[in-house]
Amino acid sequence: MKAAPFVYARAEDTENAVALLAELGEDARVLAGGQSLVPMMALRLARPEALVDITRCVDLKGVTGSTTQLTVGAAVTAREVERHPDAGGRHPLLVRALGHVGHPEIRARGTVCGALAHADPAAEVPAVLLATEGTVTFAGPAGPRRIASQDFFVGPYMTALDEGEMVVEAEFPLPLPTTGWAIEELARRHGDFAVVGTICLLDAGADATCAHASITLFGVAGTPVRARQAERAMIGTFLDDADLDAAASAAVDEVDVLGDLHGSVTYRRSVSRALLRRALRTAREGTSARRDEGSAEGEVAG
Amino acid sequence: MSEPQQHLVALRVNGRAHRAVVESRTTLVELLRDHLGLTGTHVGCEQGACGACTVIVEGTATRACLMFAVQADDRDVRTVEGLASGGELGALQLAFSEHHALQCGFCTAGFLMTATSAFDDGDILTDPVAVRTRLSGNLCRCTGYTPIVEAVVEVARRRQDRTPG
Repeated sequence: MKAAPFVYARAEDTENAVALLAELGEDARVLAGGQSLVPMMALRLARPEALVDITRCVDLKGVTGSTTQLTVGAAVTAREVERHPDAGGRHPLLVRALGHVGHPEIRARGTVCGALAHADPAAEVPAVLLATEGTVTFAGPAGPRRIASQDFFVGPYMTALDEGEMVVEAEFPLPLPTTGWAIEELARRHGDFAVVGTICLLDAGADATCAHASITLFGVAGTPVRARQAERAMIGTFLDDADLDAAASAAVDEVDVLGDLHGSVTYRRSVSRALLRRALRTAREGTSARRDEGSAEGEVAG
Repeated sequence: MSEPQQHLVALRVNGRAHRAVVESRTTLVELLRDHLGLTGTHVGCEQGACGACTVIVEGTATRACLMFAVQADDRDVRTVEGLASGGELGALQLAFSEHHALQCGFCTAGFLMTATSAFDDGDILTDPVAVRTRLSGNLCRCTGYTPIVEAVVEVARRRQDRTPG
């Protein structure tokens, strides 16, 4: 099918985009990569009156790294982050997660921030933001505002963005050099959305016990979800196999897993537990390997 | 809505300058096929799933059904028509022919452009498993993929042999 007619406006920069969104009214939407929005328009699941194209906004094309975070502008494609000389070294988890997003041809146009704004419950980028406690910056008629990841995802395809607002950039905190991490997902075919996915990050303190745990599941509920009780219960454990398996079971029990035609509740819970056990082991190896190395030297190999 | 909004688009396709007037909702693949008469690029699912419409925009393989024509203004596009020169098929096209990597041919242009882009990116395509992964965004309902993978691997191996060192 074809998209319904709409008004197209190309924004020059963020200020111009916000003005265009205001001018074009409540049924105007931001067009970034369009790799989710355009298919929805072709199927007439989405029928915006107007699109504001931000792909040529130079001020939204930035990828900037600091010692604590990687900041990605709203017009930056997944491919640009994957091929960025600095991004893989700074944030290997984000770059690894992007490898799971669709196919290279989709990542050539699809943007990192667009994946956040689209908020597909089975998407990887929102899960990374939630797992690493990132922040999204908006621009809008009421001025800029920042929202923490746990407040950004409201429901399936729903975010805290208000009418007339747009995402400007997202900040992805870097895993610490001592942090072990893993992303695991089950998809029917390479490039498909995850039936179940998980991202785990673990930190061990000087006494080799767990100092920090982040357990995120995606594809199982209306938004990506953190298993916060299971995370808290891991603190202070020695991260033995039994501790990891207990955490995996606790996380699955804690999260309200939903079923659909791609997987029943029972199936998703079972797969979630298996992926969590695997991901937690990989994350644990990351922490110990780094501890054994003794220094942060050579940490940036992507 | 009253009259649909129209845009003048100026772009380069296979090195040649083109202009066209399109509606906002016209996709790049419709511009190529219906306005410019370049029907080598096929359009299958129109929702980004099948890869038949893959073309190279600004050096990168892109779904031409998921990009509006107006977004291609001032952009460089390569299509399957650009692979042959002077009536001679390109190496990849020849390999597809020799390996019977097509039957109905509907998906072929998309595969050729995806593989061309992968070579341009410097991806390692001598390993059949890597080729399968790299081409996983393109669907073929005839061949079972094996001859397509063989054709790409053969071109990759020949290119590797030619590379000094």
